[in-house]
Amino acid sequence: MTASTVPAAGRGAGLLTRGAGLLALTAAIAVFPLVFTNPTVTSFGVITLIFVAVAAAWNIFSGFSGYLSLGHAVFYGTGAYFLCVAAQDWNLTGAAIFWLLPLAGVAAAVIAVPLGLIALRVRRHTFVVITIAFFFIAQLSASNLSVTGGSSGLLVPAPNWASATYNNPFYYVAMIIAALTVALSWLVRRSRFGLQLRAISDDEDRAAGLGVRAMPVKLTALVLSAFITGMAGALWVYFIGEAFPQFVFDPLFDLAIVLMAFFGGLGTLAGPVLGALVLEPTQLYLTQQTSGYESEILFGALFLVVILFLPRGVLPTGAEYLVAGRERLRRRRDQGSAPGASGGASGGAADGASGGAPGGAGGGAAARPAAGGAS
Amino acid sequence: MAQEIGQAIAAGILGGGVYALMAAGLTLVFGVLDIINVAQGILVVLGAYLSYALSVHLHIDLLVGLLITVPAMFVLGVLIYWLFIRPLRGAERTSMTLLACFAVALIIEGVLYREFGSGYVYLNAWYTTSSVHIFDFYLADIYLIGFGLAVVAIGALYLILYRTTFGRAVRATMQNQAAARLIGIDVNRVSALTFGIATAVTAIGGMVYGAISGGFTPNSGYDLISRLLAIVILAGMGSIGGALAAAVFMTTAEALVDIWQPDWSVAVFYLAMVIILTVRPTGLFGRRAARAQ
Repeated sequence: MTASTVPAAGRGAGLLTRGAGLLALTAAIAVFPLVFTNPTVTSFGVITLIFVAVAAAWNIFSGFSGYLSLGHAVFYGTGAYFLCVAAQDWNLTGAAIFWLLPLAGVAAAVIAVPLGLIALRVRRHTFVVITIAFFFIAQLSASNLSVTGGSSGLLVPAPNWASATYNNPFYYVAMIIAALTVALSWLVRRSRFGLQLRAISDDEDRAAGLGVRAMPVKLTALVLSAFITGMAGALWVYFIGEAFPQFVFDPLFDLAIVLMAFFGGLGTLAGPVLGALVLEPTQLYLTQQTSGYESEILFGALFLVVILFLPRGVLPTGAEYLVAGRERLRRRRDQGSAPGASGGASGGAADGASGGAPGGAGGGAAARPAAGGAS
Repeated sequence: MAQEIGQAIAAGILGGGVYALMAAGLTLVFGVLDIINVAQGILVVLGAYLSYALSVHLHIDLLVGLLITVPAMFVLGVLIYWLFIRPLRGAERTSMTLLACFAVALIIEGVLYREFGSGYVYLNAWYTTSSVHIFDFYLADIYLIGFGLAVVAIGALYLILYRTTFGRAVRATMQNQAAARLIGIDVNRVSALTFGIATAVTAIGGMVYGAISGGFTPNSGYDLISRLLAIVILAGMGSIGGALAAAVFMTTAEALVDIWQPDWSVAVFYLAMVIILTVRPTGLFGRRAARAQ
């Protein structure tokens, strides 16, 4: 409807650059395991892509609707245990197990319906706490039910692929899931359904007053999100090869995906992806390089820094800083031109030294591409 | 059987007092600051470790050690509020503070691992292993002491809240922050002190928890926080008396189920919470619309 008011050429160019950037990123991710063949590095890649999918899936529900879920590990774990049990019962091995992933997603989605019907009746704090409670019920059930093998856990038969390229099938499956999830978030965000979700996020009562049927909308978003999270969990457990209650249902998992979404920008399309691409390798590296507790302290500190200084995520806050910096620069230039050229120059130098907006002669040129990025 | 049930009920009531003591800080902070302090679990564990460090390294009795740990935790609480909670503003404040508390919890957990390792730690004193025989029941001394401390601490909280000027300011802030600011209450100061008091009370809860839990690790915070949240939600957030009632109800139910189904007794906690919230989303003693968004 509003599309016709935007100059077609400018919109086309914007789409083109964005499309080219997306294509370049996809290509870079696709060739990554061919360039870096070290198994440790590619295994980091697999886990990171799984988290890209999970963070984007979490964002479809929590980011768009404003209902913060700290219980997505329930869906992740459901998918994981489904894969273990199904692979065992149906005697599947090797690549055939990958066909179980959508089914694992369905299992998680089925679990999401009753949980959503209960939890989505309450809002804000209470919702968050209920999702935490569901998480602990799930962990407890996994330790006590016989179908999950209790605390002794379950194994998935490892495929007998060549060790040099062992990680690659996992990597590409993870990449496909991640790409589909990002595409799905894009579709949701620009759809009527996505608008309804964001209306609920802004003011649920008013949205309901305007005719949004809140419950079905919220529940659909949760089920979609759970479906992907379940698939990702199933892929993860196949990659890891074993399922224990305390690792499958890990409170840090919930925290990590929330941090990723917040880091990049809650409710944005690229934010959770960026967050996962930056934070997950960092965390994996820290855990590998340091003892567990040091990575925990660092992770917590990083988390605090993000919350305190980038409250709405790197992308939105970054864009704001750029806009503010440009504004300051323009004002200074206007002021500087009045008393004389020398005053303006020293102002620019001080600005550059303080590490603020890009100052000096190149300021005007540097600010221009930022305008394109922010718009 | 009757003997077992009686014993379970007695243990449930006494244990409920201890849980109420641990949950008091959580519900107070929620009521005044509108913050879910998910670090409460690890703060309890921190309190237990502080008592442990004092008793092992300086040979200070657990009860005497409280004279040191309570003020220390008070300062810690004020610092946490001032550094990490106060700067958070705006529409997303609720979720941001929750995440900030989670981050603080992670850091504390990491520090505890670093200082004390991941092995189980026990609090010992002459009263942690003895018990008294009343009627037909054997009651562990430490449970009685814990219950007594809970009554004293919760009573003190009530006195502070309802008999002092500071308490008036706290309650005014609870009811309406903007209006409290308008009549000249320094909301930041009240909030910082409230957070400090809540954390100080948690130090007592931590010592008792450490003594009755039969060993704890830095990881114990997760199990604790989920139980405490269940209690506070069940009670209706912000109600300290409600927390006591809910805690006694939960621990008694758990102790009773434990007689027949030990593996699943913990689930009673969460199931009770889920069922009650389905029927009554504000919790049993919750204030209505004000907090409903």
